[in-house]
Amino acid sequence: MNRRLAIGLAVTGALVAVALLSLAWTPEPPTRLHIPFKLRPPLAGGLPAGLGLLGTDNFGRDVLSMTMAGAWTSLLVALPSVALGGAAGTALGLAAAARGGWFDAAAMRACDVVFAVPPILSALLLGTLLGPGRGTAVAAIALFLVPVFARVARGGARRVWTADYVLAARAMGRGAFGIAWRNVLPNIAGLLVVQASIQLGLAVLTEAGLGYIGLGAPPPTPSWGRMLADAQTFLGPAPWLAIVPGAAVALAVLGFNMLGDGLRDRVDRRGPAP
Amino acid sequence: MAALLLRRFAGLVVTLLLTSAAIFAALDVLPGDPAAVMLGTAARPDTLAALRAEMGLDRPAPLRYAAWLGGAVTGHLGTSTTYGVPVAGLVADRLAVTLPLALVALALAVGAALPLGVAAAARRGGALDAAAAVFAQGTTAVPGFWIGLLLVLLFAVRLGWMPAGGFPGWAGGATPALRALLLPAIALALPQAGVLTRVARGAMLDALGEDFIRTARAKGLRPRTVLWRHALRNALPAILTVLGLQLSFLVAGAVLVETVFALPGLGRLAVQAFAQRDAVVVQDVVLLLAAFVILVNFAVDLAGLALDPRQRDAA
Repeated sequence: MNRRLAIGLAVTGALVAVALLSLAWTPEPPTRLHIPFKLRPPLAGGLPAGLGLLGTDNFGRDVLSMTMAGAWTSLLVALPSVALGGAAGTALGLAAAARGGWFDAAAMRACDVVFAVPPILSALLLGTLLGPGRGTAVAAIALFLVPVFARVARGGARRVWTADYVLAARAMGRGAFGIAWRNVLPNIAGLLVVQASIQLGLAVLTEAGLGYIGLGAPPPTPSWGRMLADAQTFLGPAPWLAIVPGAAVALAVLGFNMLGDGLRDRVDRRGPAP
Repeated sequence: MAALLLRRFAGLVVTLLLTSAAIFAALDVLPGDPAAVMLGTAARPDTLAALRAEMGLDRPAPLRYAAWLGGAVTGHLGTSTTYGVPVAGLVADRLAVTLPLALVALALAVGAALPLGVAAAARRGGALDAAAAVFAQGTTAVPGFWIGLLLVLLFAVRLGWMPAGGFPGWAGGATPALRALLLPAIALALPQAGVLTRVARGAMLDALGEDFIRTARAKGLRPRTVLWRHALRNALPAILTVLGLQLSFLVAGAVLVETVFALPGLGRLAVQAFAQRDAVVVQDVVLLLAAFVILVNFAVDLAGLALDPRQRDAA
């Protein structure tokens, strides 16, 4: 196993573990207020046991507990977005490669259109009408990922379609759907897994951004993005409020990116990426 | 060549039309009524009907789309219901912030990434190459708006060297305006610089592996000439393509960074309009930014054709 893959697996594994753990246990309930102990720096003495290891916010909520719970909020947006966008995009890309012709051209044109609207903008549009929330965030990110996965799947699939074993399968009478499902998909699965890992990182990044401008899961659900938005008011007296959740986002994204790079080194035989 | 350009241009028009139709349809197909959303649940039916008529929502969708598109092309974007002023004027004022911000950020990103990527490729496996990899890995993982917060914390709150946000406008001269844009531009540029460094390094390595580089070296050209003239020229189309693709992320980043620094730009306008549920403004800003992304990618496409004869043959 290469080093990047190992680090990526360790970081993302820890992220998932912390997110799951936060459902069962956090040092403090993440939404419980301790007004007398508000805005305490990390490791400040004189607090109840378990409170304020990474400081408390302006309501005396425990920053460590909120950050742990924020990991779950983040994954709860990132995982469904990538699953939905990845599945739809892959299906579109496979179909475009299999059908070719006008369908291919139309599908790729549609991809250009969707790709021109970043998820933050489509979330603003959706959020204006449907209101902010987890569904809006998932829909906006998933929509943007459809062209991303469609392009990767189409590119990989077109190469597979010219392979001899596909010719053999066609000669045996296997239809386009059967070839796409049984010959093409297994052969491009590696590419798709690499892409999914990298896009999970981007989804975590986007979820934080959406939370920051008020388009994430509504309060009191702890979210990294909203923690950062709330932190801005207290940047001078309580910088830890901005540092902790931001570092959590960066670490999570770094984990998914390294996982993706490490997997790519394995999938792509051309040698390691920079 | 003329036929090729014509085909590309037709493609551009189709993409722009489809994008505008999709953004228009989003407001039409989704279950929310922009007028009802704006007035809230306590609105009286006659008030709602009046606003719907004022917004033109009582007319059939194709007519409204045609009117909206015609307005967008001629610069008449309608009237914002919350601001009570023409959207076109609002947008023009905001563009005077967002466009310079994006340009400065782009200049910073390219200015950092290109030399770093080229140098990393020139000495593959060296210390600089490793440093470039760490730089790229780090900056692509860190959210730009968080970098913005940290920059405010360091340079505005702690050191007091820079303003924490806001924008003095261009009327008072370029220096204070650019000063206000510097930190936001850095926050916006860093994630882009990371991606571009990787791409520049990869494209340079590809170019350096080509036969003509061996020829150039065999001719006795100086290594610097080979690197910057011959290799970079061949790596440029690939770098340019990624630059165009990244624009979507730059726009998204601008929305967040403008919010961090309270800059009165287009992105913040969209966020504020969302907070006020002003669907008309959100729709117009989203269309404008999307059209911007599409147009720049078109320009990048043309630049690629101009720079790289191979693309002309392939197309």
